[in-house]
Amino acid sequence: MNTAQTKNPTIVSSRSRVIRGSRLFKQIARRYDLYLMLLLPIVWYLIFQYGPLYGLQIAFKDFNPAKGIAGSDWVGFEHFTRFFDSYYFWRLLWNTVSINLFSLLIAFPIPILLALIIQELPSKGFSKWLQNITYLPHFISVVVIVGMLQLLLSPKSGPVNGLIEAFGGTPIRFLEEASWFKPIFISSNIWQNMGWQSIMYIAALIGINPQLYEAAKMDGASRLRRIWHISLPGIVPVIVILLILDIGHFMNIGFEKVLLMQNSLNIEKSDVISTFVYTTGILKGEYSYTAAIGLFNSVINLVLLLVVNRFARKLSETSLW
Amino acid sequence: MVRGERLFNVVICALAAIIIGIVLYPLLFVVSASFSDPAKVLGGEVWLLPKSVTAEAYREIFRNKEVWLGYRNTIVYTVVGTVINIIMTILAAYPLSRPDLPGRKVLMLFITLTMFFSGGLIPTYLLVKDLGMVDTMWSLIVPGAISTYNLIVMRTYFQSSIPWEIQEAAHIDGCSNWRLLLNIILPLSKPILAVMILFYAVAHWNSFFNALIYMRDESHYPLQLVLREILMFSQSAAADGTVGLEDKILLAESIKYAIIIVSSLPVWIMYPFVQRHFVKGVMIGSIKG
Repeated sequence: MNTAQTKNPTIVSSRSRVIRGSRLFKQIARRYDLYLMLLLPIVWYLIFQYGPLYGLQIAFKDFNPAKGIAGSDWVGFEHFTRFFDSYYFWRLLWNTVSINLFSLLIAFPIPILLALIIQELPSKGFSKWLQNITYLPHFISVVVIVGMLQLLLSPKSGPVNGLIEAFGGTPIRFLEEASWFKPIFISSNIWQNMGWQSIMYIAALIGINPQLYEAAKMDGASRLRRIWHISLPGIVPVIVILLILDIGHFMNIGFEKVLLMQNSLNIEKSDVISTFVYTTGILKGEYSYTAAIGLFNSVINLVLLLVVNRFARKLSETSLW
Repeated sequence: MVRGERLFNVVICALAAIIIGIVLYPLLFVVSASFSDPAKVLGGEVWLLPKSVTAEAYREIFRNKEVWLGYRNTIVYTVVGTVINIIMTILAAYPLSRPDLPGRKVLMLFITLTMFFSGGLIPTYLLVKDLGMVDTMWSLIVPGAISTYNLIVMRTYFQSSIPWEIQEAAHIDGCSNWRLLLNIILPLSKPILAVMILFYAVAHWNSFFNALIYMRDESHYPLQLVLREILMFSQSAAADGTVGLEDKILLAESIKYAIIIVSSLPVWIMYPFVQRHFVKGVMIGSIKG
């Protein structure tokens, strides 16, 4: 990912020479129509990406719709201290962190395994089938996924409980028991996304020099050894990049699905920062307070990303920038 | 050695078969249940194949006005939204792909920064509200007009797949940048355009959260919100089991299976044809410029 700077050195150097010269203005003037194309997107970015950043100041204010964002009174860190002192602070933080941490630990390696299986399958046709079928759930909407969970896990008519009963167990109300929330959330995520997430690994595996495998075969290395010593090291850069990206939205993963799966019976385990911002901010109208909580969430996220990126650069010389 | 090899193949094939089973089973179950007699479905008698085949649930959906209204709304939002997405993304991606654009690095920074830090839900909501977009279809389309990730993918494609020499030659022949974009770049970019249309369209088709916060009037609800009502909120009614209403409740339950199929059908029909394009899109994204 660091190749961007080194690409096409002739163009870069000729361009910088031009810019250093006094013809910069002419350069810009001759390409005015390119800036004309950019006009609409730039305005959009200013309004819809940087606009909310400007609006974020209400996290430090007592926002009053009548006075507007700029006119409301400053209150400093009041909303933050209120949040940190609230009884639900630790619950929200723990749920947010644990759901994502367990997802990362359990769900992250599975696409790698799937990619290895797809590559090792002896029949090309079979591996194409496996790919196409595992990609399919990626395109199902969250609403439908949660609807399917309800139907499949229904205590009365769902086949999962049917199976449990067939083995003499008692039906479990999976979606209403708090302790089942995280396992179901994570495993259904795996079901939906493992195929799609394996694409990058498959691409990386295809890119590995086949001579390496030939040489290892000559030396008598078994299939497992070849996977361990050639395939895995070959895709480590991709693994690192995807890991960083995953941690990049660590605090936000699957917010819509959590919201849909949430009910009064599992709220103890399903209440995360982003759903709290939605229910308290948008439904109850506590804009300033929840903007502050949202800001807290984003800052943690950014810090995590920077830390992980730095670590990755030190350990494996692969990083986002 | 050879025996170990064969054993390895058997294990790998078995794993693959198990994975296919796990992925397909829930889908097959929903399809079968949607075509079965509701009483048998609720009794837990349907496992894999339909029991007492009937299309009553589908007939009921055809009679349901909300579903069709939602369907129509979603089609409108998806078409209008995707057209705007594509135009905006091209307008941003093409100039930024030009190595001879002064200020390109600064502009790219201005754009990529938004991927790592954003104002968040509440300020965005207040902004959309202030702009008077609430309860109009623009609230679903304009705030998400550009996906920065897609923009970068498209820019990478323009940079890496279209030879710069062609563009320079066109310039020497006196071709303006607009004509260059419309007559040369876009015709050469059909694969990436297909990928972008698909990415954006599926996202519009499946999205529900923006509609949840911005749409007040039920006649504006997209399909996913109608679905949410049917799938998630008719549950309590079914649990009551009031006598006399039993048939209705049975039907309400069986509709759930059928409506999952009806709402996902467009994407599933499209899927076999476009699957390789999606994959290509992800690959281009992974090259990154």
